[in-house]
Amino acid sequence: MNCVLGPDNILYDTLLFRVIYDGVGNVLPCWLSYVVAGIAMMMILVNGVLLGAGLFSWVERRLIGRFHNRIGPNRWGPFGSLQPLADLVKLLVKEDLTPRGADRIVFTIVPVAMLAPVVLVMAVVPFAKDTALANLNVGVLYILAVTSITSIAIFMAGWASDNRYAMFGASRGVAVLISYEVPVVMSLLGVVLVAGSMSLNDIISAQTIPFLLVQPLAFFVFFAGTSAELNRTPFDLAEAESEIIAGYHIEYSGVKFALIQAAEFGAVLTSSAVMVTLFLSGWSGPASNYLGWAWFLMKIGVLAFIFSWIRATFPRLRIDQLLAFAWKFLLPLSIINLFATALEVYFLRDGAGNLDTSDLWIMAGINFGVAFACLLVFGTLIKEKVRPAGPVTGATLTPGEAD
Amino acid sequence: MPIKTEPMTVNIGPQHPSTHGVFRLRVTFDGEEILEVEPIFGYLHRGTEKLAEERNYTQIVTLTDRLDYVSSMINNQAYCLAVEELLGVEVPQRAKYLRTLTAELQRVASHLMGIGFFLQDLGTLGTPLMYAFRSRERILDLFEMLCGARITVSYMRPGGVFFDAPDDFWPALDQFLKDFDAEYKEIEQLILENEIVMVRTRGVSLLPLDLAINASVSGPVLRASGSDWDWRKMDPYDAYDRMEFDVPVATGGDNYDRFWVRIQEIHQSIRMVKQCIQQIEPGPTRADVPLILRPPAGAEAYGRVEASKGELAFYLVADGGISPYRCKVRSPSLINLTVTEHLLVGWKLADMIVTLGSLDINMGEVDR
Repeated sequence: MNCVLGPDNILYDTLLFRVIYDGVGNVLPCWLSYVVAGIAMMMILVNGVLLGAGLFSWVERRLIGRFHNRIGPNRWGPFGSLQPLADLVKLLVKEDLTPRGADRIVFTIVPVAMLAPVVLVMAVVPFAKDTALANLNVGVLYILAVTSITSIAIFMAGWASDNRYAMFGASRGVAVLISYEVPVVMSLLGVVLVAGSMSLNDIISAQTIPFLLVQPLAFFVFFAGTSAELNRTPFDLAEAESEIIAGYHIEYSGVKFALIQAAEFGAVLTSSAVMVTLFLSGWSGPASNYLGWAWFLMKIGVLAFIFSWIRATFPRLRIDQLLAFAWKFLLPLSIINLFATALEVYFLRDGAGNLDTSDLWIMAGINFGVAFACLLVFGTLIKEKVRPAGPVTGATLTPGEAD
Repeated sequence: MPIKTEPMTVNIGPQHPSTHGVFRLRVTFDGEEILEVEPIFGYLHRGTEKLAEERNYTQIVTLTDRLDYVSSMINNQAYCLAVEELLGVEVPQRAKYLRTLTAELQRVASHLMGIGFFLQDLGTLGTPLMYAFRSRERILDLFEMLCGARITVSYMRPGGVFFDAPDDFWPALDQFLKDFDAEYKEIEQLILENEIVMVRTRGVSLLPLDLAINASVSGPVLRASGSDWDWRKMDPYDAYDRMEFDVPVATGGDNYDRFWVRIQEIHQSIRMVKQCIQQIEPGPTRADVPLILRPPAGAEAYGRVEASKGELAFYLVADGGISPYRCKVRSPSLINLTVTEHLLVGWKLADMIVTLGSLDINMGEVDR
């Protein structure tokens, strides 16, 4: 039996799948080797995301430890790198509680519903040349569709837990996710316009210069929107620790809690991966034919570091301010960016509708100007609201005046 | 179709990360907005005032440590002033300076904690809190050099202080003051002008001056509302009459102003510590008082200090025995809490937590 994947197959572009299929196909029937290769890819993907999430939980705890002037977990393994394993064991042996008033089925589905979209996103993200699990021609749309499942999962958690803090967290989480979905989609459209495709592979190959330079405003909006969707400070309202303790996952313990935490840490990595693909030219870089994965991981690491940095620094916004930030600040910015990009693409493209590198540089120049002007105008508008005119505080008394 | 909604009652506390101890708020919410607030306290009641009636005058000092356990030095000071008034004892100069110095260091430590937890309540992931604790640890180390304890110090005694400072205390204090400037600047740069802090705290939970005065609010909370009331200026005790310092006053009465006043008071406290180091002279550190104190029967005294949270006072009545007939504590945290309902109703859940943080209450003192 000698099975060879034909070029007409949807998975032909996936190099890893093809290698496994061809290899296993030497001994197994073709349909079975197709299944085996598929399962192998899925195992790699799921375990990769979970392993990455575990690793990132350690990295972030170490980083935040340094931001705090402390050491962070350093006991188990080199530099404490086996800490996630210790956490996992601890959570596995904990009692798996379900509150008495909870809706058992929904309560149990939630951790899976949280984790699934995180893993599914990675299915379309190419982590090296020709290595996406599926080269969808609607990859961007797929990512948006899959990530929006999270809002349902959060609301399920809040509703099923029979806890008022969880309900607070869930209603906040859903409000945030629905609001921030809009500017995020709007900012992505700019990228899609420039690349001329929704396939992530095409978007990467269109990035002769990283779209971070071509679409600075879109990157800013996407970054802010993503941190809101990830529930990280300054947008971590859904699980605001000092207010509603843990928000929607307050009642979760044991394995379920571990899964939710894995989903949260994994979501940071997958969102970074999406951002790397869309704005930082993905796996491409010097020697990317062999070291594409290294570039990819390195860029994810940089973004994840920035996420941790922001998390360690900023206070939290209030819910009304958060929604106002989405609708009054990010949405206009993303719409301006979309219009500017559309005009540029209309005037700069050649007869076949393509943009070459010099066109991209011109767009980068214009868009940086637009971004700067927009941030200046909107920043001034916001600043007047944040700091009303007049002195911040009253006068300081001098001695003797006190009587 | 209008959607039918109904208010939701939630217990915030007694076990909640942001109630600063075992404090419970029974809050009725309309969505996120607060409709009703009912503060419920007493979870940390230990009967301090009754216990004081069973102990002799020196032993009560250890009870005062446990009132506002983040500013025990100042509690000691207030109690000792009251006992000294009962006895009519004059405290030696060096002891007065040592008291002023330690009280101001304690104020810095307490305010650092207040600021740190205020920002923690705002949602920072502990970074400003850790910055604040870094400096606070140094102060506690200094206290350990003075009296062997860090939190429950019992350093001051009726008639003076327990011990003179050891020789290596003064270089350590100098080193601390040198480092503190840089460390404190880091906190200020990190957070004082942060836009999110501004937008979250400015104009939120306003406390008008007339309400503050009517409710007998004191300390930084009162000074943030526009009054310059400070007992260190009004009725100087210990060495405060020889200290040069300003009273920071803000006019807004919002959460930011309460935070700002604490930030500025730390500067003034450090100024006073430096003056104490310059002015202090060798001498005895405790007046000649007997081991067992017996104030005359019928004597009454009201020892009052400007503590880190507000006006802290001990009212003592003596019956000629070795323990007081009555020991009443006027704790600033409890009285500052009385305006909670006014501050909270109409604001959101997130503001409630921040407002509680800006009042800087300490449950050990509220429940006693």
